[in-house]
Amino acid sequence: MNEFVAPPIDWAAVSPVLVVLAAGVLGVLLEAFVPARARRATQLTLTLAALAGSLVAVGMLWDRVQENAVSVVGGSYLLTPFGLGVQAVIGVCALLGVLVVAERTTTGQDAFAPAAAAVPGTAYEDETRRAGLQQTEIYPLMLFATGGMLLFPATDDLIVMFVALEVLSLPLYVLCATARRRRLLSQEAAFKYFVLGAFASALFVFGIALVYGFAGTVRLQGVVQVLADPVTSPLGSMTALVVVGLLLVLSGLLFKIGAAPFHAWTPDVYQGAPTPITGFMAACTKAAAIGALVRVLFTLANGLDPATRHDVEVALWSVAILTMLVGTVAGAVQTDVKRMLAYSSIAHAGFLVVGLVGMDQVGSQAVLFYLLAYGLATIGAFAVVTLVREQTVSPGSSAETRVPTGEVPDDGVVLGEATRLAQWAGLGRKAPWLTAAFSLFLLSMAGIPLTAGFVAKFGVFSAAVEAGAWPLALLGVLASAVAVFFYVRVIVLMVLTPPTDHEAAGASAGQEPATGGTDGAPAPAGSGTATLTGAATRTLVSRTVVTVVGSRGPAAFAIAVCAVGVLLLGILPAGALDLVAQAAQFRP
Amino acid sequence: MTMSTGFPWLTVLIVWPLVAAAATALTGVGRGRPAAGVTGTGRFGAGSARTVALVGALVEVALLVGAFAAFDTGDAGSHQLAETHAWIPALGASYAVGVDGVGLLLVALSVGLVPLVILAAWREQGGDHVRLRRYLATVLLLEAFMVTVFVARDVFLFYVVFEAMLIPAYFLIGGFGQGPQRRYAAVKFLLFSLAGGLVMLVGVIALYLQVPAADRGPQTFLTDNLTGLTLDPTAEKLMFCAFFLAFAIKAPMFPVHSWLPDVTQHATPGTSTLLICVLDKVGTFGMLTLCLPLFPEASRWAAPFVVVLAVISILYGAILAIGQQDVLRLIGYTSVSHFGFIILGIFTFTSLGTAGSGLMMLNHGISTGALFLIAGFAIARHPRQSQLIGDYGGLRRVAPILGGTFLVAGLSAAALPGLATFVSEIMVFLGSYARWPAAVLVAVPAVVLAAVYVLLTYQRMFTGATTPELADARDLDGREKTVAGVLVGALLVLGLVPGPVLDYVRAPGEVAVEQVGETDPPPAVEPAASSAEPVGTTTASTTGSVTEGSPL
Repeated sequence: MNEFVAPPIDWAAVSPVLVVLAAGVLGVLLEAFVPARARRATQLTLTLAALAGSLVAVGMLWDRVQENAVSVVGGSYLLTPFGLGVQAVIGVCALLGVLVVAERTTTGQDAFAPAAAAVPGTAYEDETRRAGLQQTEIYPLMLFATGGMLLFPATDDLIVMFVALEVLSLPLYVLCATARRRRLLSQEAAFKYFVLGAFASALFVFGIALVYGFAGTVRLQGVVQVLADPVTSPLGSMTALVVVGLLLVLSGLLFKIGAAPFHAWTPDVYQGAPTPITGFMAACTKAAAIGALVRVLFTLANGLDPATRHDVEVALWSVAILTMLVGTVAGAVQTDVKRMLAYSSIAHAGFLVVGLVGMDQVGSQAVLFYLLAYGLATIGAFAVVTLVREQTVSPGSSAETRVPTGEVPDDGVVLGEATRLAQWAGLGRKAPWLTAAFSLFLLSMAGIPLTAGFVAKFGVFSAAVEAGAWPLALLGVLASAVAVFFYVRVIVLMVLTPPTDHEAAGASAGQEPATGGTDGAPAPAGSGTATLTGAATRTLVSRTVVTVVGSRGPAAFAIAVCAVGVLLLGILPAGALDLVAQAAQFRP
Repeated sequence: MTMSTGFPWLTVLIVWPLVAAAATALTGVGRGRPAAGVTGTGRFGAGSARTVALVGALVEVALLVGAFAAFDTGDAGSHQLAETHAWIPALGASYAVGVDGVGLLLVALSVGLVPLVILAAWREQGGDHVRLRRYLATVLLLEAFMVTVFVARDVFLFYVVFEAMLIPAYFLIGGFGQGPQRRYAAVKFLLFSLAGGLVMLVGVIALYLQVPAADRGPQTFLTDNLTGLTLDPTAEKLMFCAFFLAFAIKAPMFPVHSWLPDVTQHATPGTSTLLICVLDKVGTFGMLTLCLPLFPEASRWAAPFVVVLAVISILYGAILAIGQQDVLRLIGYTSVSHFGFIILGIFTFTSLGTAGSGLMMLNHGISTGALFLIAGFAIARHPRQSQLIGDYGGLRRVAPILGGTFLVAGLSAAALPGLATFVSEIMVFLGSYARWPAAVLVAVPAVVLAAVYVLLTYQRMFTGATTPELADARDLDGREKTVAGVLVGALLVLGLVPGPVLDYVRAPGEVAVEQVGETDPPPAVEPAASSAEPVGTTTASTTGSVTEGSPL
């Protein structure tokens, strides 16, 4: 028997992932040993420090990776400039995502159930709520998910990629189920995500098996060698194996991206998951999965002979077209803001795939920038959603004591998020800055110039046209036009439409829909609403109004960073584009 | 090539409105919050915002005078005051600005109209100062975009501003307009414009990729670098169509004009002025400065179709204008007709017609702006703020100055000799006749139709017995007289002494014809051409045209 020799490991190259995963493990231990009242602060500090540390590690590796891709343990971990670039995007988005997760707002409650294991509607659940418990395991779970995401695009080994897929997915399934309110919806979302995710994982593994059957190895480089020289593998002449395998692996990845026809889970999960988690998941998972997709696709497809490669291209074209259509057309009819953002994220998946059809460096560069622009806008948008809430109008209070617009009545209890789009009418009066930020994010998603989204879309469409896929670019542009329609619809609703529910019953408020702040004269309107709302609140016990809760800092900070980032990347993108260009030196 | 020399006039002209917009938006913030429960305290703070805005706009006019002084009229065909700075080298986009004569006139039109619009809006928005403050800040923001788009010498920069300016324009229509339909009008405007703009985006990308990969550098998108490429004929035609569609929607031209009447009906007259008189000129300006030089072959190929559509626009706009009940809608349709003339002139490829179009862009801006703003004054006098022509009558008896200025503005729109539009329209006709005589013969009746819609409107609104509702209407006050006076004065000056301004458009017209690869059709028309500019050619003086271009 040979003696086991530990392989030399370049720990520095693995550090971005290791820091995060180690902090996750440490976080689990902290749960056990730190007293309850200090737990949240400790966990939060640890999480932020770990993510920041990971970003620093990425920064320190940057120059080194430019010269040569770093391969650790024979490619089990392979750090290419592109992989590192994706890690940087994930790191930035995760950091902002954690800030939103940590937000407790002026109500003092975060977005998570006090004890996620409590059965909804039971006395035990009430008990946990009264006891003021909190589920601080959220933070280690996020760290594990982020660790998986960081590993996902940085490996040459399909088995490691599968492990990363599971490491990132399992914590997300759990996180989806932890919403404080609408808990059944949240658990349903988690279950759907889990079942469909497990199915996608199965496809992924089956694809790996086929590729292995073809090449006798799960290393992408090895597969490429067999493609170049088929005699080295017993089944090396059966290219169909690798094509089917590749398509199955792609299906697994496209599921994570939320591209049609693997998109069905997206709206339900995005809607049911706690909103801060939705933002985190939408931005970071997509970045990680696109990173892995680029890794697999560009490596394998470029090794295929032209005719077979064409088959893969046909698949990509179909996915891109279908995804853009589904995302924009279905997005246009949504009535729930989270579902609308979910379909918008599907449409973005389509645009990302459009950028990839060329399978070249221009495409990967465009896609990387797109991920950053999309991530910032998405996290910012979902962070805004967390702050727009429903609030009870207590039946006892007469309407005279209530201030009809803008002000938060003292006697109301703040409930969950007001996600019906109709409830967002007139938000511009209640929270001009929040509305401005949300509008900015939507405009960026729509790809209006001077926002990051425009530069990003310009990049992917350029890449597509350059690759000869101009019909896709044209279709993408038309899909963008449709998408603009539903983004603008929300802006119209927030900025130009007076509030529709009984808050706006005051005649004076209805006549002057202003474009921004609270410039109606609220005081005299109270008498006008007295009879109307007074009668209404007596008949309906659980009337609610829409209110905007104040942030205690982290979410507001995250929104501000996202907004500034979106603007900066839109007006002066030169620096970021240079970095992206460096990162896109994709070498298979 | 171009480089920055001397004072960066154009950048200053772009940046200053942004400063003014910020100052306007911030005036009185913190003082005027009605949340305190006392609305009265807010009056002072937010109320002075309009003064800030006006001063800001006037300073911009002063800056414009400086730019005119620095502009060499003798060389109006080339782009002057140029600056080029790196912007997004990775995409080949630069911040490159520069103007030729036509561009400078359009900048002057934008800069000159803004203070008038601010003055006209002085008491708008129902006395709500916070709203007014936002409105004026948005107007100034839009001004910065408008100036940028006319001076951009980089296709990417042009495109970015072309699209980005939709957002403030959208809020001006949807946020501050009139009637419950204004949101519909705003969305219609946005969707039409974006659809065109996004198709143009594909054209922009395709154009970029026509540059051989080896030649692509950090300045690929400079208009000069993209001019004179050897293009694949099919690709050139497709790209021309992509660009032209966006410009035709913006302009607005016959089949894609339908957003315009809705917008003019529901936007405030001031917004319409900026939108129709300035912003829409981006369409025709883009045809002149991008379509022709970038795609000369395709322009010649498309010219017959474009001319036909232009003639249809001319007649269709005029006929529909006659049938309108809403005065602002009517003015919108007259613009469809006038934009037809401008497009016809551009696609004649004669230096006379093209120069005439350049001049017409300015003249149409002034005369239509006058119509919108003066009609707005009339509407403000109506107790119900009605826009229906039928609700008016005999306004001339109670408000003679209002009636008189409206008539002059209207007659200018109908191209009465002695008023500004006449000069440019006759140039377009003569220029076109040399190449497309049939088109001119078909289009000429529009002049008669124009007289019909102007005079009928005047007759119904201003003559006859005074409607009881309007019996107490007052004539124009000092503020309104200033606005109307400046505009009518500009119309008269440009009509009687067009020479100085012609110096700004003649050379760019020749350049455009040369770029498209045509030559002026020689003989027979030559004497006619020279007789088209009979007055004032000898009195060319730069200062004269400064005052005309910037009416304050």
